[in-house]
Amino acid sequence: MAKITKHQWADWLFFNLTRFFALLTLAMLLGIIASLIQGAWPALRQFGFGFVTSSEWNPPMDRFGALIPIYGTLATSLVALLIAVPVSFGIALFLTELSPRWLRRPLGIAIELLAAIPSIVYGMWGLLVFVPIFAQYIQPVLSSTLGNVPLIGALFQGAPIGIGILSASIVLAIMIIPFIASVMRDVFEVTPPMLKESAYGLGATTWEVVWNVVFPYTKVGVIGGIMLGLGRALGETMAVTFLIGNMNAFNGISLFLPSNSIASALANEFAEAESALYSSSLIALGLILFVITFIILGFSKLLLLRLARQEGKRT
Amino acid sequence: MFSKQIKNVLSGLTLGLAVAGFAQAAEVTGAGATFPAPIYAKWADAYNKATGNKINYQSIGSGGGIKQITAKTVDFGASDMPMKPADLDKEGLMQFPAVIGGEVLAVNLAGIKSGEIKLTGPLVADIFLGKITKWNDKALADLNPTVKLPDQAIAVVRRADGSGTTFIFTNYLSKVSDEWKTKVGEATAVQWPVGLGGKGNEGVAAFIQRIPGSIGYIEYAYALQNKLTYTLLQNAAGQYPAPSDVSFKAAAANADWTKSAFYELLTNEPGKESWPITGATFILVHKVQAKPQQATETLKFFDWAFKNGAKMADELDYVPLPDPLVKLIHTSWGQIKDASGKVVWTGK
Repeated sequence: MAKITKHQWADWLFFNLTRFFALLTLAMLLGIIASLIQGAWPALRQFGFGFVTSSEWNPPMDRFGALIPIYGTLATSLVALLIAVPVSFGIALFLTELSPRWLRRPLGIAIELLAAIPSIVYGMWGLLVFVPIFAQYIQPVLSSTLGNVPLIGALFQGAPIGIGILSASIVLAIMIIPFIASVMRDVFEVTPPMLKESAYGLGATTWEVVWNVVFPYTKVGVIGGIMLGLGRALGETMAVTFLIGNMNAFNGISLFLPSNSIASALANEFAEAESALYSSSLIALGLILFVITFIILGFSKLLLLRLARQEGKRT
Repeated sequence: MFSKQIKNVLSGLTLGLAVAGFAQAAEVTGAGATFPAPIYAKWADAYNKATGNKINYQSIGSGGGIKQITAKTVDFGASDMPMKPADLDKEGLMQFPAVIGGEVLAVNLAGIKSGEIKLTGPLVADIFLGKITKWNDKALADLNPTVKLPDQAIAVVRRADGSGTTFIFTNYLSKVSDEWKTKVGEATAVQWPVGLGGKGNEGVAAFIQRIPGSIGYIEYAYALQNKLTYTLLQNAAGQYPAPSDVSFKAAAANADWTKSAFYELLTNEPGKESWPITGATFILVHKVQAKPQQATETLKFFDWAFKNGAKMADELDYVPLPDPLVKLIHTSWGQIKDASGKVVWTGK
């Protein structure tokens, strides 16, 4: 009898302890939101909605707008995803379906190790190694080939200086590939062999198996992996700071042009932001990044819900 | 009985602590500007070896230094821009310069060596305003008839992070160009009309090295360490001195330091030898000290550094203060008093 009460007591303690920590996370999240709003309030009150639509960032005059950092953040993350998703898909596909068994483990570990490299190292590598090569050999080729294609041509024109949205995006892509690829590999691996073997038994090619069996079975996990990568790309600071050029002006849609990102602006300017409005505007930038991430996460959840509902319809 | 024993142990412990505390060397904490951090660290290390006293300096940026000293969390603050006398009075602070440095314009032009290109203040302003966009622009070519300037676009490079270096540079441009003053102004970060932003002096140096046709402002020490090509720059007297400790010192010597509270920016100073973009970095301390002992230790450190630190400063490409200025600083320390009004610095 006494033993049981002891057990019950331990259960009660364990339950409440875990609940406490779970709620603590929630409380911390709410606390962060509250303090961001409080810190951003002077700037938001001063500039109103114009803060989001103004491209001015003028510390001496105390006039601030977030349009350029928002644009730079979204542009670099989007381009990075466009590069990283197909590459990661290929990596995961090779590792789970095509690679000889002995190569799987070393290759998988190598890709996971890429995720362990500190972002400042990617930034320095990007600036010192990648940028010169990119400016000298790749950018001229891009502007003479893709630069002449209608519609997207304008994205690849301008002076090949190596610093700008495109180089930041490429290095970002390299940084998020390990995250997306390892999640994709893990979910591809959990596809029941029976499903795959049945498809092979029906005479499907490897590609058909992956595209029609593995991918539909794992798309929730795949989208989750992509969102993980996107979240990292949105908030990446050091590597982007080194490569984006930190220019608070919009001179055209070319990806060769320098821009600025929210995280980069925060890292660069927070320490020396003297006036109250200046630091408040930087906190407001942080709040905007928070909102952007929140919207994207919400959007991906909605997407998953819709996918789940469609599945229900089909059967 | 137990409690008595504990008491004994405790009293022994407190005694031990008190003795240790007495024997322990003074420890002073400061925070602020990153530009002078290497020399403060070197001075602190040598000072520690010479006296056993410890100086902790955290390079968190000039703005942070001002915030920390205002909040009294440190014994001294450090800032690359002097505080205005009115602001000093408001916070009950005083300031004095500690060391001098210069900024140069570094360029990346094939076949051109340091000191070959001449620039004037208004031309630099026009380049950074985006009005002069080619190296073979007529205004540049006329000033440099002996140099063959290439038909190449000018890529402007500047700091992306808020920095005292930027403040000194934009202060200089505001003095030499009215257009710069009204359009852009002076601050630790401004709205740049053109240009790529590099993070820190290292970032700017890396951009200049890698982008052909680039020009950027950078601290002299970094230009030397990275073997960048720098230009000559016309000073207020119409001369073109080379950037060096001599011309930085000349600018500091020609400044009128006797004016209000060392609020002195060494840009565009008069004198034939003065380098036009020179700046001092400043130390901030409270005038009324709740902990006079700490203030005395702080001043002892800087007194020691002014007396013994010149060679170390030279080695790191900083410029020690000229002697008359050090005298003025010693006099100014008379303002720092404890709560009862007693001066904390007695000259020992």
